[in-house]
Amino acid sequence: MLEVSGVTKIFKTGMFGRELTTAVSDVSFAVQPGEVISLIGESGSGKTTVGRMILRLTEPTAGAITFDGHDVASLGRRELRRYYAHVQGVFQDPFSSYNPVFKVDRVLGMIHSSYLRDLSASEWKTKLQKSLEAVSLEPADVLGKYPHQLSGGQLQRLMIARALLLELQFLVADEIISMLDASTRIDVLNLLGDLKARGVGILFITHDLSLGNYISDRTLILRRGRVVEMGATEKVYGNPAHPYTQMLLTSVPHLTERWDPTAQVPTPTPADEDGDAPLVKVADDHFAAIRGAT
Amino acid sequence: MSLAVDDLRVYYRTLRGDVRALDGVTFTVADGEIMGLAGESGCGKTTLGKSLIRLDGRMRVIGGTVHLDGTELPLSDDGAMNAFRFREVSIVPQYAMSAMNPIRKIGRMISELLDSRDVSYDETLPELSRRLALVGLDDAVLDRYPIELSGGMKQRVVMVLSTLMNPSLLIADELTSALDVSTQKAVAEMLVEFRDRKFVKSTIVITHDLSILYQMADTILVMYAGKLVEKASAAQITQDPKHPYTQLLLGSLPEVGVRFAERRLSGIPGRPPSLLNPPTGCRFRARCPLAFEKCAEEPPFVEIGPNRHAACWKVGAA
Repeated sequence: MLEVSGVTKIFKTGMFGRELTTAVSDVSFAVQPGEVISLIGESGSGKTTVGRMILRLTEPTAGAITFDGHDVASLGRRELRRYYAHVQGVFQDPFSSYNPVFKVDRVLGMIHSSYLRDLSASEWKTKLQKSLEAVSLEPADVLGKYPHQLSGGQLQRLMIARALLLELQFLVADEIISMLDASTRIDVLNLLGDLKARGVGILFITHDLSLGNYISDRTLILRRGRVVEMGATEKVYGNPAHPYTQMLLTSVPHLTERWDPTAQVPTPTPADEDGDAPLVKVADDHFAAIRGAT
Repeated sequence: MSLAVDDLRVYYRTLRGDVRALDGVTFTVADGEIMGLAGESGCGKTTLGKSLIRLDGRMRVIGGTVHLDGTELPLSDDGAMNAFRFREVSIVPQYAMSAMNPIRKIGRMISELLDSRDVSYDETLPELSRRLALVGLDDAVLDRYPIELSGGMKQRVVMVLSTLMNPSLLIADELTSALDVSTQKAVAEMLVEFRDRKFVKSTIVITHDLSILYQMADTILVMYAGKLVEKASAAQITQDPKHPYTQLLLGSLPEVGVRFAERRLSGIPGRPPSLLNPPTGCRFRARCPLAFEKCAEEPPFVEIGPNRHAACWKVGAA
């Protein structure tokens, strides 16, 4: 459904943009309907940039992103509107997604006035009801309220409900639960699982390996803009092939097992560091950028 | 007994009334103990950490006492607290990475800070560079501006600086939350090493992340809506929690290995009560599946086993 092929993003940085920073380098992956793929990386790994390019908030320097075979970069104004009816994003900070001086109904009402103008008031109300139900929100709890009266979890659900009012097919979820409390974040995460069951494809961007493992079918590990490992989630977590992935997984704090002080922490070698090792197949549906793999 | 907090109450003054952010907490932290302070946002954990070192303008100590090594801390007297700050009580702030003055070289900033406490920079320098070396930094960082260091390096500089006077109590607020997993591990291990080397006597680590506390803390104190919920060893809290809130909170955490398709975890329905006019009785009552009539009375925070405390009628009886 969504295909990212050979996408690279180079930002101009430094004074007068004289220096170039490669944020994303030759990243390729595809997402099928009903598939959750998690994009995992530390800060500065380029994971958010990938999400922004899919949403056409940032333009790729090279490579192409296609949605149902159409090149996203070449969409005209009207086609772009159609595109946004299918592809939506939800971001980390729920409070900055809303204008604090307006009631939250406004972001929903804007969908009515710009995308669904043919709907009568009562049809709209039913549709709204349904999409709020889908994210387990009680209309009376959220409608007519200002953003500060709602919790972060409620606001994030509302953003997802907003996307559901459209014909949502693909969701870019960028760290959507990082700011939520532990007791409520899991419910928002489960909601992504419910969307998946409806056939929505999801790009789940996170730095948290346990969240990625919980929800995703496939995993992509990004490091300094490059994909170092990708594949079926149970393979990447169960049998990590790249030293960087191994290092990440040994650093994750567990609730049942303490860090082993005697364990050899795998460190990426200079050969891994130079970054031009090609992705090679380690097993079925499991690839890693390592040298000397067979 | 390094730190003893007794029935401490700290309220925030607002136009609509007092917000009871910290409503009667009593606990102790032993010498050499690293205590994790865990809870969700708004539970009062940061308020507790801040009130032990510096109240901000809207905070008022309504009651209770705090003793550090037998001396009472004059929490409400900002001037008198100055004698304790940095030397006796020190803090690694929540955004340690942006805690440094951006227009001062790090060495100069440290020297100005030491000056303000009448400590000689030149005399401290050998110890400073020894400790920087310990965390893998060389003296060259003193000649750099904060912007020239990476996030992890800045965090280490701030940690060395906060503990330079060997304080009795170190408060680390969300120390590891903004860090990548690999750096997070290094910082957590560093904090344990600082304790082992006796740079600090007792440490309170404030975080919402129970799994990182299990890795580094000796004990964990869980808070909810301005009250204490449960305190026990890190292993007891994470493997065998007694209070229903701790149990539900742990049940909502995905671990590596738990997958949506196989085991769907669930959160805790509802949200914490407003602390403007908090309900009487147990504050977790409205969200608690075990709540019964007696919960309308406030459960005391009592010893339920050796070195274990909890505030719940269901647990206290057992």
